[in-house]
Amino acid sequence: MSALVISEHQNGALLPATLSAVTAATQIGGPVDILVAGENCHEVADAAARVVGVNKIFLSEAPYYAHALAENISSLVVNMAADYDHLLAAATTTGKNIMPRVAALLDVAQISDIISVESDDTYTRPIYAGNIIATCQSTDAKKVITVRTTAFDPPEADGGNATIESLSAGVDAKLSEFISEELTKSHRPELTAADIVVSGGRGVGSSENFAIIESLADKLGAAVGASRAAVDAGFVPNDYQVGQTGKVVAPELYVAIGISGAIQHLAGMKDSKIIVAINKDEEAPIFGVADYGLVGDLFKEVPALVEALET
Amino acid sequence: MKILVAVKRAIDYNVKARPNSDGSGVELANVKMSMNPFDEIAVEEAIRMQEAGTAKETIAVSIGPKQCQETLRTAMAMGIDRGILIETEEDVQPLAVAKILKVVVEREEPKIVMLGKQAIDDDSNQTGQMLAALLGWAQGTFACEIEITDEGLKVSREVDGGIQTVRLTMPAIITSDLRLNEPRYVKLPNIMKAKKKPLDIMSPDELGVDITPRLTIVKVSEPPAREEGVKVADVNELVEKLRNEAKVLA
Repeated sequence: MSALVISEHQNGALLPATLSAVTAATQIGGPVDILVAGENCHEVADAAARVVGVNKIFLSEAPYYAHALAENISSLVVNMAADYDHLLAAATTTGKNIMPRVAALLDVAQISDIISVESDDTYTRPIYAGNIIATCQSTDAKKVITVRTTAFDPPEADGGNATIESLSAGVDAKLSEFISEELTKSHRPELTAADIVVSGGRGVGSSENFAIIESLADKLGAAVGASRAAVDAGFVPNDYQVGQTGKVVAPELYVAIGISGAIQHLAGMKDSKIIVAINKDEEAPIFGVADYGLVGDLFKEVPALVEALET
Repeated sequence: MKILVAVKRAIDYNVKARPNSDGSGVELANVKMSMNPFDEIAVEEAIRMQEAGTAKETIAVSIGPKQCQETLRTAMAMGIDRGILIETEEDVQPLAVAKILKVVVEREEPKIVMLGKQAIDDDSNQTGQMLAALLGWAQGTFACEIEITDEGLKVSREVDGGIQTVRLTMPAIITSDLRLNEPRYVKLPNIMKAKKKPLDIMSPDELGVDITPRLTIVKVSEPPAREEGVKVADVNELVEKLRNEAKVLA
């Protein structure tokens, strides 16, 4: 039995999400290899080789592997698939884009967003916005899997000594082409990796008012998130969204401010260790999952909280 | 240009799903069902392309039990020209859905196939990508903006770090994200009109597609419930609890 993890990287750095996929692969059993595909990404391969518990790194470089376009990366993965029983990637937007394409080309099902490995063919995954946990068994010869990163602790990123092997690039399918990218720049921690997340909802009221959320986040060294309602209303960019169809986070502390707690929002944060809710509506469903609830006007309570944290 | 839209009948987004009594599946008896919200966005986008004059005909396809006719009628009441139902009582998983859609695409020859990025029941997020793979087409997943140009489709995508824009050759698959548009409300006269629009019904067998499930649901259960929390009186009590009880703050 052997597994291949399709890595994800940005600006020459291996993303932590990939490490969680390595952990899932390790739990399945057998040697774990990592594919690093991209343009000028040997540093990523070096980093991947240092991850503890990894057997071999395959490095495949071509201009058309930049930006992880699904059409090209999926055919590269399919060409490597003969040697593996399990193909895994993190359930990020990149992994979700590529892996179903791999699965269909191999004529197998994909098991999306697993949160545990029960055996080499059986996994659990949340469905219905996390209100149900399904235990799924695959009857396919090969398993294509995406991994919910919050459910698997990353292995040590330093101390391993895997070999790096060059892999010649496949052809450019010329189906799609990268044009541009607008990435949100922030001095704050990355949302899915932060220890503390402070999120605002519709109750925040405007883009300007989000400064209140940000001031608390900065006080706590936290990432800033948002509910779908806040994103839809244009208060913050889409990549702030926490929820069923946005990002899934599980920090040590999640502070939900002016968020009512719709099913789809809870799906993205209810595995947080400690949840705090601040909302003026004491009937808001968010209080049902909160460890500590504070009923009150966020415009008064949040600045007061920032002040209370000074002491 | 023809546009095909795939629509799924799914649990209504306001309903909290529960396991059935023996834990073999999800309780769907007497539960409100609606069109998957992401598919509604896909339908809206197709209709807007037709209204803009870029699309000549719009077709909606659904796969599932005969109640999916209602889902197709909703799509037609929004403005889709005609519907196709691939009727089956079986559990049709994403790979099988993609295989069925592939046959429909080969018959109808649309230039764009629109789908929701995921269905809010099984949360798989696979079908569009799988269909693109089976057809050998380009895919623009998680789309928040689509522009038809002479060089193909320009699609902006919601990705983890922000927005990525790609150019796709046509024909292509697009899956809709939340910010692509806001679907219109269906007006009563249009519901009446939709009843007269053509709706073809066929079976997976007639299309020659094997829909045998590849994944077996061994069991379903509810996630462990969180311990009940407490209400705090003010921010000072909150900070005290976070520091000394939860120990998440220094």
